[in-house]
Amino acid sequence: MIPAPRGTALVPGRRRRIGGLTLCGLLTALGVLGPWITGHRPGDQFGEFVYAPPSAPHIIDADGRLRAPFIYPLVLEDRLERRYAQDRQHPTPLRWFRRGALVSTDEPSQPWFPLGTDALGRDQLARLAGGTRLSLGVALAGALGALLIGALAGSVAGLAGRPVDDAVMRAADFVIALPAVYVVLALRAAMPLVLSTSQVFWTISLVLSAVGWPFAARGVRAVVASEKAREYAEAARAIGATRTRLLLRHLLPATRGFLAVQTTLLVPHFVLAEATLSFVGLGFGEPSPSWGAMLREAGQGRALVEAPWLLAPALAIVAAALAVHLSVGPQPHALRADRL
Amino acid sequence: MRRGLLRYFVRRTAFAALLVLVVSSAAMLLADLAPGDAFSGFDLDPAVAAAERHRLGFDRPFVAQYGSWLGRAMRFDLGESVKYRRPVVELVAERSSKTALLGATALILATVVGIPAGIFTGSRRTLLTRATSAASLVILSVPSLVTSFGLLLLASRTGWLPVGGFSGGADGSFWLTTGRYLVLPAIALALPIAATLERLQSQALNDALADPSVRAAVARGCSERRIVWRHAFRLSLTTVLAIYGVIVGTVLSGSFAVEIVTSWPGLGALMFEALVARDLFLVAGCAAVGAMLLAGGILLSDIALAVADPRLEELA
Repeated sequence: MIPAPRGTALVPGRRRRIGGLTLCGLLTALGVLGPWITGHRPGDQFGEFVYAPPSAPHIIDADGRLRAPFIYPLVLEDRLERRYAQDRQHPTPLRWFRRGALVSTDEPSQPWFPLGTDALGRDQLARLAGGTRLSLGVALAGALGALLIGALAGSVAGLAGRPVDDAVMRAADFVIALPAVYVVLALRAAMPLVLSTSQVFWTISLVLSAVGWPFAARGVRAVVASEKAREYAEAARAIGATRTRLLLRHLLPATRGFLAVQTTLLVPHFVLAEATLSFVGLGFGEPSPSWGAMLREAGQGRALVEAPWLLAPALAIVAAALAVHLSVGPQPHALRADRL
Repeated sequence: MRRGLLRYFVRRTAFAALLVLVVSSAAMLLADLAPGDAFSGFDLDPAVAAAERHRLGFDRPFVAQYGSWLGRAMRFDLGESVKYRRPVVELVAERSSKTALLGATALILATVVGIPAGIFTGSRRTLLTRATSAASLVILSVPSLVTSFGLLLLASRTGWLPVGGFSGGADGSFWLTTGRYLVLPAIALALPIAATLERLQSQALNDALADPSVRAAVARGCSERRIVWRHAFRLSLTTVLAIYGVIVGTVLSGSFAVEIVTSWPGLGALMFEALVARDLFLVAGCAAVGAMLLAGGILLSDIALAVADPRLEELA
């Protein structure tokens, strides 16, 4: 039997949206809580715990009794092979709100690494949290920049006459046709290779805005061009509103739904672009813990085989994309300008 | 050939040519603007560096360099790579064929998996189609960069597939070796694209089922298979074909990360090396050939679209 058509298969349902927003919340919490979760800073090195595997919290002890959360401390079995074993004899209880951490052990000699450590013995969870700030921050800044440029270009194209409109929109189509990663790569490579962390942050945000603006510009132009023919816009013009006022007070507010969705949809692409850049060494470098920079470590030598938990930032990238796709829907055309 | 189609074809070809010209020129300009050049990195004898710069023409103003490069490019001479000390044309031809192979394989794989899956999920609603849709939404969120890491981990744990280090294949069994090395990057590249195609085809087919012509076929009592394949699928074809022009760009973008992670010796990896080494002619050459691949892909999809939907001619 042919089912009755669903009109809005790409606009997510309620349950999906709740799932997506939950993921968003988790990522935000990870970024905000950052170094306070385990009390380790992203740069802290624990020389005794190089490539320590992740250790899960337990609540049932060796005798099968229920207890408050605890971990089995790690004991280095073989320094050369970096093999660790769990010390089942001495369960270490986890404490809340001690030593400036949300969760930690009582003993400084037995720190807890929920996601393991990297080649320098740094807490992966602390780095992942720090990376959330950098990676999502860069993506959001880039998306906001794209939105600003796009809104400007789109409204100019929508209000101005044919030649300007054509020129701006042709430029937008052209930029959209290019493979974004290469444009980002070439723009980034044209700048000095060694920059400080904050310089890298703003450089990448700018480069991302330069790639992302056409997506915002197209929709803004469509909305502005159709709204300016409406009666309320006519009325505003009739009582003598200037073009700027008409745009800012009347036309741009009509595009906000579209812009909100478009900005959100750019974020996963930008997260991926930052990760790719940092992964090849043109983004954040040591010691900044961006997701891409962390992946770079995972890709070096035999790290991937010996310490697969270094792939945690890859999961974070997926989580960010999934959060957006679940809450807004995967495709830009899902929200067409005429439906707003 | 019909006149409208011819005009449309000419317009799209002009766009493709413009794309190649602008991209390669912009790449050349960007690489020239970048601080330092191919000889500034090492503690090279300044006299030697100056002589080399003079030999390759780097001491002339950019406009003069660009002009002579463009003139020679028309005769398929893209200059010499400083890093490899070989003609750029040779290098680029070698590497771009690898990228084209990877991209085409991934695209075919994604189409063969994604389109039927989309028709399946778009034409009926059962537990299985729901599961497929959910799975494709998740796969859509996993970029090729992550997939290739995952597959690399899987391959190195199980030993099913060779990991990295592809260098062209031994003689005799060239295609066999290439094929074995191709599997991993091709799957990594194809998965998110297959998911995109599935979602899109599903939505397009669903929209098509709402079309009056399809409803009329239902009312006439056509069989379900005939309605889906003969009426709805053909209606949905335009939407899906239109996205292929965009997907070609996605494939090129995605193949960069995949090439680097799985050490596939393609154009992306070469372009990256050239950018970092400030190898001016190699950067421009890679950009030109990359733009050609892109323009060719977009052109093919435009033509397919025009053949599938004659209404486009009127717009041209």
